[in-house]
Amino acid sequence: MMDGFFEDLVIGSRVELGAHLFTAEDIIRFAKAFDPQSFHVDPQAAKASPYGGLIASGWHTASVWMKLIVAHHQRMALARAAAGLPVVPKGPSPGFRNLRWLKPVHAGDTISYASELIAKTESRSRPTWGLVTNRGTGVNQKGDLVFSFEGMSFLGRRP
Amino acid sequence: MPRWYFEDFEVGSVATHGPREVTREEIIAFAEEFDPQPFHLDEEAAKASLLGGLAASGWHTCSIGMAMIADMFILDTAGMGSGGVDEVRWLRPVKPGDRLTLERTVTGKRVSRSRPEMGIVDFAFRLLDTEGRPVMTQVNTVMIGRRAPEAA
Repeated sequence: MMDGFFEDLVIGSRVELGAHLFTAEDIIRFAKAFDPQSFHVDPQAAKASPYGGLIASGWHTASVWMKLIVAHHQRMALARAAAGLPVVPKGPSPGFRNLRWLKPVHAGDTISYASELIAKTESRSRPTWGLVTNRGTGVNQKGDLVFSFEGMSFLGRRP
Repeated sequence: MPRWYFEDFEVGSVATHGPREVTREEIIAFAEEFDPQPFHLDEEAAKASLLGGLAASGWHTCSIGMAMIADMFILDTAGMGSGGVDEVRWLRPVKPGDRLTLERTVTGKRVSRSRPEMGIVDFAFRLLDTEGRPVMTQVNTVMIGRRAPEAA
């Protein structure tokens, strides 16, 4: 389990975030709003493209990782509340590095996401916060790694 | 037919596109689906957070950046996809009513050794707010087809 204050987290700890099915409808809806390249919005054009069919925008693949990590944090917060433990403040993210879209996510693919803590540093300017770096990943139903990145975020320190 | 090919991207060139206004409704709609943290959903909760007020999810900002990149040139370019993004920094919160301008700098280019029909172009993007301050920077490479590939 990966939860607790900044001081409680152990580098190398990993959490499975669950799986998400990418339907053609969702792929097209996201891409029409943000990434209307033909292989994301037009099934016929996608079939004729090098991808051979409709694929998700890379930003859609990334946004679903965020959706699942937020759900994980909400479950952990409820569990802590039920156990009478104090709330761990979660802050925003200053950015990420090394985001890779390693293989296309096709319509009908189910991607299993995970997060692993790879680094943590105390914040010099904000003494009540630490900065954690997690490697986020997504693996398709065939076991292929399709998505990976290293994201930073602020996390509360022990009061 | 695409309008722009690998040959058309000049290293060192800077171009801008926009602005595009970000609405409170779209900030909340994106956050409800993908990033339902209180500082992306609720003004009061956001005021008490490090962001100081309601702000867009960073992934929403990236997606808006993508939409502007698409509008600016990718839909008219012989684009062959992107393998990823080397770095994104979210420097300032994107707030309701912000009007974002995209700035594109071409930082490098080379022909693919394994696939001579295409090249790889390096870009540095910045999204600037209404006052011209950068809210996001992004460094990435895009594969772009060549206009006149050499006979392989």
